[in-house]
Amino acid sequence: MSSAADHHAEVDPAYRLAHHFESPEQQFETGKFGMWAFLVTEILFFSGLFTAYSVYRSNEADLFSYASGYLDTTLGCINTAVLILSSLTMAWAVRCAQLGQQRGLKFCLIVTLLCAGGFMGIKSVEYHHKIHNGLFPNAHFGAHEDPDGVPLHITDESGATVANPAARPAPENLRSFFGIYFCMTGLHGLHVLIGMGVIFWLYLRARRGEFGPKYFGPIDFTALYWHVVDLIWIFLFPLLYLIH
Amino acid sequence: MSSEAHVADGSAVHAEHETGENYLNCSHGLRSWLLTLDHKRIAVMYLAGLAGALFLGGIMALVVRLELWTGDGLVLSDDLYNHAFTLHGAIMTFLFIIPGIPAVFGNFALPLMLGAKDVAFPRLNLLSWYLWITGAVFAIVSMVVGAVDTGWTFYTPYSTQTSTQVINMTMGVFILGFSSIFTGLNFVVTIHKLRPAGMTWWRMPLMLWGLYATAIIQVLATPVLGITLLLLVAERALGVGIFDPSLGGDPLLYQHFFWFYSHPAVYIMILPAMGVISELISVHSRKTIFGYHAIALSSVAIAAFSFIVWGHHMFTAMSPMGNMIFSALTFSVSIPSAVKTFNWLATLYRGHIRLNAPMLYALAFIFLFGIGGLTGLFLGALATDIHLHDTYFVVAHFHFVMVGSTLIAFLGALHYWWPKMFGKAYDETLAKIACILVFIGFNVTFLPQFVLGTRGMPRRYHNFLPEFQGLHQASTVGAFILAIGLFLILVYLWKSLVSGKKVTVDNPWGGSSLEWLTTTPPPHYNFVGEPPEHDVYDYHDIRYDAAIDGYVLSKNEGDAAR
Ligand SMILES: [Cu+2]
Repeated sequence: MSSAADHHAEVDPAYRLAHHFESPEQQFETGKFGMWAFLVTEILFFSGLFTAYSVYRSNEADLFSYASGYLDTTLGCINTAVLILSSLTMAWAVRCAQLGQQRGLKFCLIVTLLCAGGFMGIKSVEYHHKIHNGLFPNAHFGAHEDPDGVPLHITDESGATVANPAARPAPENLRSFFGIYFCMTGLHGLHVLIGMGVIFWLYLRARRGEFGPKYFGPIDFTALYWHVVDLIWIFLFPLLYLIH
Repeated sequence: MSSEAHVADGSAVHAEHETGENYLNCSHGLRSWLLTLDHKRIAVMYLAGLAGALFLGGIMALVVRLELWTGDGLVLSDDLYNHAFTLHGAIMTFLFIIPGIPAVFGNFALPLMLGAKDVAFPRLNLLSWYLWITGAVFAIVSMVVGAVDTGWTFYTPYSTQTSTQVINMTMGVFILGFSSIFTGLNFVVTIHKLRPAGMTWWRMPLMLWGLYATAIIQVLATPVLGITLLLLVAERALGVGIFDPSLGGDPLLYQHFFWFYSHPAVYIMILPAMGVISELISVHSRKTIFGYHAIALSSVAIAAFSFIVWGHHMFTAMSPMGNMIFSALTFSVSIPSAVKTFNWLATLYRGHIRLNAPMLYALAFIFLFGIGGLTGLFLGALATDIHLHDTYFVVAHFHFVMVGSTLIAFLGALHYWWPKMFGKAYDETLAKIACILVFIGFNVTFLPQFVLGTRGMPRRYHNFLPEFQGLHQASTVGAFILAIGLFLILVYLWKSLVSGKKVTVDNPWGGSSLEWLTTTPPPHYNFVGEPPEHDVYDYHDIRYDAAIDGYVLSKNEGDAAR
């Protein structure tokens, strides 16, 4: 009859085995299963937004194709590429940890962090444009320009503000598209920020040399989370930016 | 700290009793509780929190019932009445019944019954308690200070227009949702990954099947509530218009989202209760549970069906086709529910039934759940629902399920595991009296409401016609009897904690699951040495020993003194 304390005394401390697990394998399996279950909740969390999007889009198809024109496809493309690259480096980080390559691990984590930072930077440029153009759905909502950048209103000879005949007039419920847009990308952005926090914490732990072939669970699980966050963006990008 | 250290031989029980060390006294001070990772201590902390929520929600119920003594109100204004029933509904639903049995008895018993040392993620478990506290503070402060008058459902468009503190309140519920998700996640993973070698799926106690099915719903449905509430906040704060028809949105979409969570949430409330009842009925009939596989699988079936019936909350707002489909699906839930009920009855048949307090609660459960379940069929049927929709009939129905079943099972579980949790006995006579008071009070409160509903009394109304007064007054009297019963429980359990007789036997009831085979209260790591192995619901080798007034495990006659 070996007690919990005795039992774990036989295990190499490099496994960082918690008291309530029988073996390092069980600890790893448990963590991985837990992360998958958590990711299911994440998917369901976003599913509400995707449902709202589908309902809206089927109700207001014209509105969506008009409003999508406001989104900058080039910046969206760059951001997609940046995120996919970050997924690659994160996957590579798992491999480095498994092989005990400490320098490679730290390098991969830093590159992932930089990519995530770049994504958020580009996202904030996009947000800034939208807000500047009066497209943030708060009390001051009101587009200044049409999707092609033509001012919606001009001043005529008498100094009165009139609709610009050269612009494509904005449809009635424009703000609802941007409501969905800011909710979806905002919530996704929040997940990127949380991921950055976790990856930074992993980096600090990696600097202390905590990870190696015997203990790489946290890197593996965080990578799973990171891939799902990327995957959500891969759906958001075409649904918001690439519709006609 | 670890109690296993002094145990070398097989007489673990005796060593434990000599040292007297258990999870309650292995460390001291407030810090050792607030930072504990022990699932048993977290369960006790949940019990304290939930008791507070039950008390507050109960007081609000009494306020509402008192106010309905006359048809034109007693003391409250119309607005205050709306606040009072919102407080009652929201506190009882989100703070008490949804966390309810899993948070307290799931946390306490799940690892013990499984033979594990803890849940899979102890830190996450503690976090979920703190989230519960934070969400509770948010919700209660926003309701008491700022007042919320939407009812617990926060239906749009009213919830986006009312000037009360809907944003703070929904943030509170959002946080509570994450508390629930983390508890569910922990339980799912624990049951999948922390089962010891001998504990196969089909050897798990039915309580664990109930908790597992519950946890699946918590993990899959609660995120949808989370996003719904976030969208409601966005709607209020930014006017994004997803639920606003004037902006191209759809207010009914809110109801679809809300009930996609909140109908399964009904099974978050009832499934663990069914798990508890399966244990109580079997142990106190001294008889193997009848239809083990059927009860286990019916829990999973209820969890699965729970996701496809939400439309029955919108019968008055959907297409005839949609209505018919949802009505038929709703009826399907009655099948696994009936399977359980009949199996419990079959377990009782020819059992050695002991009418102690936990068993009285179990029998009350079968009776009240029968009424609650069958009246659900009235509401699932389209033609009758048109008549009964939004009346007191609905109020009575869901109180039979939530209070008559879940609260009753909660109390049954409380009395059943109380000696194991605290090592203290309670006054059995008072416990029986309280149980009978609760049972009578409950029925006097809610049976008249069925009649009120069929006669057309709409729910949530502050004023009513004189012809309804008699039944309303009966209901109010019942509420006070119920309150006296619950208060009595509070008194004798408190007395039991302070000056109750010590319980030292491992197995006071003759239970067959593993938590009864460890010491009372259990040691910090749940079991001394390896967890024991024993077939659940197998009572033939569990014998009463008059010398210790408890049950012992004996492989053969001569071994009884072990
Ligand atoms: Cu329902």
